[in-house]
Amino acid sequence: MAEALLLARGLCKSFGALRASDNIDFDLLEGETHAVIGPNGAGKTTFIWQLSGDLHPDAGTIRFAGEDVTSLRAPARARRGFARSFQITSIYREFTALDNVALAVQARAGHSFRFWRKAREEAVLRDPALRVLEEVGLGARAGVLAANLAHGEQRQLEVAMALATGPRLLLLDEPVAGMGSDESQRMVEFLSRLKGRQSIILVEHDMDAVFSLADRISVLVYGRIIATGTPQEIRANADVRRAYLGEDVQ
Amino acid sequence: MRSRARNLVLLAMLALLVLVPPAAALLHQLFYVDLLRRVMIFGIAAVSLDLILGYGGMVSFGHAAYLGVGAYAVTVLAYYGIHDGLLQWTVAIGGSMLLALAIGAVSIRTSGIYFIMITLAFTQMLYYLGISLDVFGGDNGMRLPERSQFFGLINLNNGTEFYYLVLSILAAVVLLVQRLVESRFGMAIRAAKSNEARSRAIGFSPYPYKLAAFVISGGICGLAGALLVNHTAYLTPDFMQWTRSGEILFMVILGGVGTTAGPVLGAFTLLVLEDVLSGWTEHWQIILGPLLVLAVLFAKRGLAGLLPGGRGG
Repeated sequence: MAEALLLARGLCKSFGALRASDNIDFDLLEGETHAVIGPNGAGKTTFIWQLSGDLHPDAGTIRFAGEDVTSLRAPARARRGFARSFQITSIYREFTALDNVALAVQARAGHSFRFWRKAREEAVLRDPALRVLEEVGLGARAGVLAANLAHGEQRQLEVAMALATGPRLLLLDEPVAGMGSDESQRMVEFLSRLKGRQSIILVEHDMDAVFSLADRISVLVYGRIIATGTPQEIRANADVRRAYLGEDVQ
Repeated sequence: MRSRARNLVLLAMLALLVLVPPAAALLHQLFYVDLLRRVMIFGIAAVSLDLILGYGGMVSFGHAAYLGVGAYAVTVLAYYGIHDGLLQWTVAIGGSMLLALAIGAVSIRTSGIYFIMITLAFTQMLYYLGISLDVFGGDNGMRLPERSQFFGLINLNNGTEFYYLVLSILAAVVLLVQRLVESRFGMAIRAAKSNEARSRAIGFSPYPYKLAAFVISGGICGLAGALLVNHTAYLTPDFMQWTRSGEILFMVILGGVGTTAGPVLGAFTLLVLEDVLSGWTEHWQIILGPLLVLAVLFAKRGLAGLLPGGRGG
């Protein structure tokens, strides 16, 4: 069997006495959607920040596409195909939606030490950006300042930026957080269209979203993965029901 | 639309500046040529600061350092008998860029108040270095032996010729910075200013772009320093005093951070007010201070924000 696209082994990260990641093993297959769920404070954010390269694990390794990326920082991982959305929407608020996505295209188009041509007049940046905006359903909002988009649209924009980098791996940190039910349904539909084409790690609180999107689910409790399996297996798992589903979901 | 309005404003400013020497000659007020030349030299320095402040989010409180390096480069070379302007100004720009590379390499790793303090500290070091250089007048400074020479093509001793040279350089610098901030490079530093975490997540390492912007900014300010010492014909370490850095910073904020015309307007307003008020009373700062406070309070986006298209870009 071929090696998984992403392979984390023995990840540990402590903040003082708090073990936010406790010997985590995790893998993601090519084309798979692997969700990470867990109660608040379980260490989901710490985990995803280590995957993206924004935090360094105290111990353990992360391999991506056969390469050890443990010591690489976020920009270097991004250039290898990591793309992410943040738990709290992270966009360029003073720029238009199209500018936002065009910047993501630009980031992947080699170095930006180009000093003279106007970036906003470069079709090689604008055209792909517009296509991605249309794909996520923001085509009509291209010229709107990102700060003026509705919350749900900003979340979509963030996903659009991630997609525009042509990623091999999408790290989605609570993509439907704070959305109304219509908005979140649209986002789930959109993500389900990506399924199979993209390899996705999804951290999410919304159980409906998780169970409809995930091929596999890992349950994180107090920094440890207590179970990994298909949605059916996770639903049936007694530990999980006790530790998590039983408390939050009937 | 906005950028067209902005370009019209810039062209109008250019036209007015072109007309200053003939108008001054007509009115027998040659002094104004001198004043406006000084305004434009500081305008160049302010534009250079705005490149990193307005577009890169780097609040340098030490831009006087590059004025100083530019001025010292010209004077020291002239002291040793080298009067070739091309060489002098190349050394001024190159020296400033090297200095900016060293200062930037350290300070860009910090941000916010630490960035301000580090840039200030470096500039203070240079200021005290200048004071201690007794060969070049130390504390008192020294007369520039001769103004920079350009194979007899331009005579800087002729006030009007010098004026138009400064104006051309100012126009070129404004155009250059305008192109820079709209290029891929400019978008990269503006994006890092807007949201550094997002930039890192899409694969931009902000550091090299910010450092490059810092170096370019230092080079432009070094050129302003070379012009300044030719303007005053006198070198003094005061060029590098921290109050000077503050003045340049204030010009940018007053004129409009992150605008094209703003820093030049800021330089104009500050220096002309200073000149007019100091003609009335020796306590002119008591009047200038409140005026500036009012300007900042009521024109929050700077003077350029009051102009059509001032916020374009």
